[in-house]
Amino acid sequence: MKQLYALEPVKADPDAASVCRVAIVQTKPKKGALGVNLAHLVKAFEQIAKDGKTDLVVLPEAALTGYFLEGAVYELALSASAMAAKLAGAWLEANGGWPVDIACGFYENDGGTYHNSAVYLTVGKRGHEILHVHRKMFLPTYGVFDEERFLSRGRKLSVFETRFGKVALLICEDVWHSIMPTIAAVKGARMLVVPSAAPGRGIEHEGELESIAVWRSLLSNAAAEHGVFIVYAGLAGFEGGKGMTGSSAVFDPRGKVMLEAPPLGECILRAPIDLRECDVARASLPLLGDLSSVLPDLLLDDELPLPKRRDDAAGR
Amino acid sequence: MTLPVVEFATRPNAIPPPGIDGAVASEWLEAFLRDELVVRRGIERAVVGLSGGVDSAVTAYLCARALGARNVHAIRMPYKTSSPSSLSDAQLVVEALGINERTIEITDAVDGYLQFEPDADARRRGNVMARVRMVVLFDQSAKLGALPVGTGNKTERLLGYFTWHADDTPPINPLGDLFKTQVWALARYLGVPQALIDKAPSADLEADQTDEADLGISYARADAILSQMLIGYSDEQLAAHGFLPADVALVRSRVDSTHWKRHLPTTAMLSNTAINEFYLRPVDY
Repeated sequence: MKQLYALEPVKADPDAASVCRVAIVQTKPKKGALGVNLAHLVKAFEQIAKDGKTDLVVLPEAALTGYFLEGAVYELALSASAMAAKLAGAWLEANGGWPVDIACGFYENDGGTYHNSAVYLTVGKRGHEILHVHRKMFLPTYGVFDEERFLSRGRKLSVFETRFGKVALLICEDVWHSIMPTIAAVKGARMLVVPSAAPGRGIEHEGELESIAVWRSLLSNAAAEHGVFIVYAGLAGFEGGKGMTGSSAVFDPRGKVMLEAPPLGECILRAPIDLRECDVARASLPLLGDLSSVLPDLLLDDELPLPKRRDDAAGR
Repeated sequence: MTLPVVEFATRPNAIPPPGIDGAVASEWLEAFLRDELVVRRGIERAVVGLSGGVDSAVTAYLCARALGARNVHAIRMPYKTSSPSSLSDAQLVVEALGINERTIEITDAVDGYLQFEPDADARRRGNVMARVRMVVLFDQSAKLGALPVGTGNKTERLLGYFTWHADDTPPINPLGDLFKTQVWALARYLGVPQALIDKAPSADLEADQTDEADLGISYARADAILSQMLIGYSDEQLAAHGFLPADVALVRSRVDSTHWKRHLPTTAMLSNTAINEFYLRPVDY
């Protein structure tokens, strides 16, 4: 029987490059010192360039300013184009070569509206181009977190085309809501890039901070459920007593940790990601295909507390 | 046929105080100390008031691991009524770690003021001693180019069992989010001399004083209650968890009456740029 609401089946782009050589830069920025941190980033880029060809460089959330800024966020936020220009400039100064893609978290000033954002740009022979800006949708504002006091949330989760096929950006708490990786995967993403800043806590856990174990578990589950790669870039360093847990990592489409950085200190993680692995993983565990056919029934459910019309959503 | 039943034990009668992985906590706190002193402030040396108790001993051990023993300056500051064992227990730490040590008696400084206040009770006298110790610690830090490191634990902070703007004065504190029972566990992991772990904790401001007698509850019981209370359990739920209502009431009353001690002084707000109300900048900015 024909399914009335079936979504377009997710197809791999046959022209997409299958292998993406990823380098994660786990940064430990000096608080608020954008210029110092950019100069430091050039050194990291030089090291990456020297170590061989790289296709995608990923940096954490608030990678060049530090995460907890309070009111100083208004002094340090940049437009997406200014941020992209700084990143591309740093890469060129490091003689990194091209083409290369760079993803990085930053505080965005969008004409006086401020967001916790991540930019994904590609640097080519003729300059650089922004492929996507994701604005964090889930702004933690509880306990130690105070984002929504200073920032506005994003309104849309998009996937975007890259040389490696469709990619989605999710920032920190975005990925804690399982519907987010779900929607990204249903929209066709094969790689989730997750810049993050996670203040560590929980010392009762055996062998590591509890919050690190929780993060690993939820990223692994998201990767395995949808057959996607997850590139997680964690901020490192202490910010006024709150230690960021680093632990940058790459998860394969079966949920396995390919490699993981230590929690403390700066480092560079390198991994070749073969996106064809997504097809193999999905063939043996076709949960995403199942979801694509069932999701409309789940979402078009009158009992869900969802707005019925766009007007309703705007008024919320 | 009767099927076997596996039942979840919903109400354990004795919830233990929170545990700790000593290795994880130690690594994290050493990184914190290096970051606060060396990275953020460019200071290589720490100065710690070494009382002979377990909190300052653990702080000294962490500082020695983070900065190297030669960069740690322990200051013993006895008053004439201080217990002699406090001095000798502190000496055990100094010798075990090979850190720098100096003993500066505070009796003359304290009595220099108290001679004008002969009727001051034990509580006032104890507060004067605690504040004079901070005068010494901060002056020594200026002399040595070192940062004073605090030693207060989470239990005494929550119960308000400290002298305001004295014990809580140093700009950084590695133990302030650890309950007392966790400090003991960390002390065992770090190899703090057993005598300091085994003895009854005391502010040593009066003869034969002990914390647990002052507080009216054991640290193990207080920590178990506090850890549950801070998560958000009501008194009724805590009683259902097996805690004595009288203990819960005592802890709740101490916490609720001492919120002010965990804050900076209250400032009258008069503008749209009131510091820490409207003008908000993180401490490391």
